[in-house]
Parts: sequence; structure tokens; C-alpha cells
Amino acid sequence: MIQIKDLHKSYHMGTNSLHVLKGINFNVKEGELVSIMGSSGSGKSTLLNILGMLDEADSGKYILDNVPIKNLNEKIAAKYRNDFLGFIFQSFNLINYKSALDNVSMPLYYKGVKRKERTEKAMHYLEKVGLAQWSHHLPSELSGGQKQRVAIARALASDPKVLLADEPTGALDTKTSYEVMELIQGINDEGKTILVVTHEDDIAHMTKRIVNLKDGLIIDDSPVQQVRASLHV
Amino acid sequence: MFSRDRWDEILEALNANKFRTLLTAFGVFWGIAILVLLLALTNGLKNGVTADFGDFATNSMFMWTQGTSKPYKGLPKGRYFNYKVDDVAAIKSQIPNLKYISPRNQLGGYNGANNVVRGTKTGAFEIYGDYPEYIKQQPLDILQGRFISYSDIDAKRKVCVVGTGVVKSLYDKDEDILGTYIKINGVNVLVVGTFKMSNSQGDGEQDANTIYMPFTTFSQAFNRGENVGWMAITAVDDVSITSLKPQIFELMKSRHKVHPEDDRAIGHFDLSEQFERVSGLFSILTFVGYFVGALVLMSGIIGISNIMLIVVKERTKEIGVRRALGASPWSIKSQILQESLVLTILSGMVGISFAALVIWIMNTILDSVGPVQNFANPSVSIQVVFTALIILVVSGLLAGLIPANSATKMKPVDALRIE
Repeated sequence: MIQIKDLHKSYHMGTNSLHVLKGINFNVKEGELVSIMGSSGSGKSTLLNILGMLDEADSGKYILDNVPIKNLNEKIAAKYRNDFLGFIFQSFNLINYKSALDNVSMPLYYKGVKRKERTEKAMHYLEKVGLAQWSHHLPSELSGGQKQRVAIARALASDPKVLLADEPTGALDTKTSYEVMELIQGINDEGKTILVVTHEDDIAHMTKRIVNLKDGLIIDDSPVQQVRASLHV
Repeated sequence: MFSRDRWDEILEALNANKFRTLLTAFGVFWGIAILVLLLALTNGLKNGVTADFGDFATNSMFMWTQGTSKPYKGLPKGRYFNYKVDDVAAIKSQIPNLKYISPRNQLGGYNGANNVVRGTKTGAFEIYGDYPEYIKQQPLDILQGRFISYSDIDAKRKVCVVGTGVVKSLYDKDEDILGTYIKINGVNVLVVGTFKMSNSQGDGEQDANTIYMPFTTFSQAFNRGENVGWMAITAVDDVSITSLKPQIFELMKSRHKVHPEDDRAIGHFDLSEQFERVSGLFSILTFVGYFVGALVLMSGIIGISNIMLIVVKERTKEIGVRRALGASPWSIKSQILQESLVLTILSGMVGISFAALVIWIMNTILDSVGPVQNFANPSVSIQVVFTALIILVVSGLLAGLIPANSATKMKPVDALRIE
């Protein structure tokens, strides 16, 4: 599903240049649930941004679902993001003046799906995350865990190939974190490929494989025994 | 481009901060209202001033004789002469592109003595000898009977058409007017019609105290012989009288042995030239109206542009999220453009409506207090409204352009990082 080869990325601030990714190689097969770990500054967010086509690598190969991702202009990048990827953010990033339902249907809107079909699909995903009865509430009327579940429904709405989650539990308490992870595990069980960036050990162990980053290099990449989140809830 | 979803998006965004949207809209509202009002006031001034020209055909001039200022062909300077009836025929046959030539003679006038008697009533009026064409140059509303006709001219009938002022001073209320006789300078004349000025502003009083007689009757009754007092000459519509008048002057000079360079001998008043001057003035005023209005409107537009920039700044993160979800840069840009367009056009429409209301109130007041000097019927044409709308659309797009561009300038990754 994802093939990455010798990925480099550096940031330039004035005369200083910061080499963040120093040659990353890794592959993700379809249906995997991978966590990317590392201390802050290790380059894990940069890697996720490049995977999400929100940022571009300086050099190296990136192939997503057999499509080479390079020399993107913003228009094509937007289309790829819409077709291939679903994003889950630490701070949820729901649009605060739109109802939960409208938030979930937004990727479908950009895909050009008709209004009626869009609402039906969005409702379906809201049911899936267990928030059907909250569909007309604004984000400000939801709890943190509920917001993240709306965000997950939104990420799923356009039926992407890969879900990218950047610290999905970073803003949640332990109990809610486990609930969210339970949901993510459930989605993965249905065959969706998911990448989770986290620095929490317990969260990482709820995935099936941990990739450890340090100073822009992968220092460890090993499968783990998945801990079911449902056991902790 | 404007699907229902887009409308929802735009209205949601504008509704998110109602008070600010309202304040921003006020700038454009005010600008367009000022623009329309300025143009309406200019128009009112124009209507008022051009009403003073009356309905007289504007492509006309009046021509009379004055003492010569140069000796010529053995004739001294300071000589007086008169136009003759055959001058009229000569002009008609030799100068092309003239529509009407009316020779005229006059009796009485400003501060004249009493010259008309009917029974025990007398009055001082202006009496003109005219041809039937004159009514085409100076439109009159015939209230009863008729104007003079060519058979009156040919038969030299002693008939006349009297103004409302004449009727008021010589007749009792409800008295029959047609078929009665009045005595003008001792000559009995049959009244065959009454008239009032089609457009009487300013000189209404004087115009109403006027009596028209057939030119030939007048000449014979009051001993004018072949003399013509002055002429009212109108050119055809697409040739200006100003361009024809040198030819006419030349002809008259040669027929009356006037030195070709004698500028005093022929007096004239060029209505067309005066009218051009006044309408030129109003074209400038209209331009000033547009210019000032557009400047006021521009500050409103800059206000919108400013607010949209702030909106874009505030929504940087939201824009980042939208782009992460697959919004193309153009869809973000067009949303910002459309927001500013909708805001501009909506507030502009309200501004135009407001201006229309003010114009309506002005007209109602003008109607109730009666005519005001040099000001009448302030109004704008539908073209002005359309022009204003086009200005709004263009300026709405301009207002959104910079904010729309700045909305997509930031990379999505940076936009998402903003807290």
C-alpha cells in the first residue's frame, strides 16, 4: 500500500538548515495498523505530513497504492488526498460552525457527491462511530471523545485507502483514549490500513507494528502483540 | 458555480459573525447609495435648468436686425434695415437642412400700454403675427378651438389664438370664448382658440399673456408691409443650427447690402449653442457624480477587502483542514471570492433601494410644495442602476481577489499548524 524509499527532508530557516528526515525506508501493506513513535523532533510528524501530501519531500520515492507521488501541484494533491487519505488530528479540527453531520459530509462535498447521497453516507458513518443521535449538534456541544469520533467518521467518509492519525489521543484522557483506540482497532479489523503517530507507549501497543524514529532515522521497526483496547475499557 | 451547497457555505460563513458582516456591508451600502443619490441630484438640477429652456425646439436660433457698423457700397454705417418677407423665401430656397423658418412680428411687450379691449375690460398683451409652423417650434397646448392655419394666412382672416392670461383678464368665468371678438389696437379680431404653454416654468405669466394672429393679417392690420420683425429658424435634427448660421448670415448680408465683415448688423441668439453649453456642464456634473460616488464606494470596497483578509487569517486553520480533506485551491479561492461578491452585491442592492427611497421622498416633497427654482424631478434611469450593479460586481470581485489569493498561499501543513 505504502512504499517509501530513501526519503529526505530538511527545513531552512534563514541560514540554518535542519535535516529532519535523513533517509527513511519503510513499507506498509494493506490492512496494517502501524504506530510511528519517537520523541519530539524525531521527525514523526514530518513523515506523516509527507505521507499525507500536506508537505513534500526533498528527495526519495513515495508510492501510494501503486501511484507514484511526486511533482504534485496543489490541485492534484488535493484530489489524491480526497481519494486516498483520511486525516485524524490531535485537536480534532472540526469546523466549529458546522454540525457533526455537515463536518462528516465535507470530504464527500469536495469529491462532488450529490447532496442526498452525501447526507446518507455521512449518517452511515456517524452511526458507525455511535453518534447518530448527535448528528445535528455543533462541535462545541460535544465532548472531546465525541469530537474525535466525529473526526474519525469524517476521515472514513470518502472511503480512503489509508487513515493517517496524528496523535489521535493526545488531547484525551486515558479512558476516552482507549475508547477511541477501540474504534480505530475496529476499523482496522474491517481491513483499513491505518498509521498512528503517537508518543504514548500504551497506545502504540494497541497497534500491530511499531516504527521507532530517532533523529530522522528509523531505529526500530518490529511487529508487536496487539493489546485490545476493549480489555481496558 | 453557485450551487445550493455553496450558498449554504457562504451564508454560514457570513452568519458566523453577524455584527461584523453588517458593519462591513455598511461601507458598500453607503457608497452605492451616495453614488446613486449624487446622480439623481445632478439629474434633478439638470431637469430644473433645462426646463427653463421651455419646450422650444433646441436646435433653433432667433435672428433680428441691428444698426450696421461698417459703411458698404456707398451706404453709411449706423444704417437700420429690415428683413422682408421674400428673405424668408430666399433662405428656404438657398439654405438646405432647415426644418422651419418662422418670420414674426410683434406688438406690445414688456411693460407695454393697454392695447386690447373687450367691452369694458382692457389689458396689455404681447401680440404676435405668426405662421402655423411656429407651434412646432414652440409647442403649445391648444385648450379650445385651434391654432392659426394656412387658410388664415392666405385669406388674411382677422382671427387670433389667446393665452390663458388673456382669457383671465378679458372674460368672466364660464363665459364662452370661441366666436367672441376682441379689439386689438382698434381692430376687431375673432377668437378661434385658446392655449397654454406645454411646459411653463419661470416665464409662465408672460407666456399666458400672449395673442397669436396670422402673420399676413398682422402685417396688413398694423401697417408692417413686407417687413419681418425677426425670424425663428430651426434646423433638421441631425444638423446643428450653429453650423448653418454663417451661411444664413452671409445670405442676409448680401441681400441687404451689409459689409460681409459687419458682425453687428445681424443680431441673433443661438438656442442650440446655449443648450449645448448647459448640457456640457451637466455631462461634467454627471461625471463628477460618478467619480465622487465611486471614490466613496471604493472605501467601502476596501473595507470588505480588509474584513475578508481578516476572515481568511482567522480561518487559516479551517482552510488547512478543508484542503486536507481534499478542497482544491480553486474551490477555496472561489469560496472567498463568492463570499465577498455576495456581501458586496447584497449590501449594494440594499444601498440602491435606500437611495431609491430617498429619491422617492424627495419627489413627494417636491410635488407637495410645488416647483423649486432650478430643481425638478431628481431621478436615475434604469441604465444607471445597471451601471451601479456592474460596478458592484466588479468591485466585489476586486475586493475578494487579494484575500482569495492569500487564502491559498500558505501550504496546508503550515495552515494546520496554526493554533
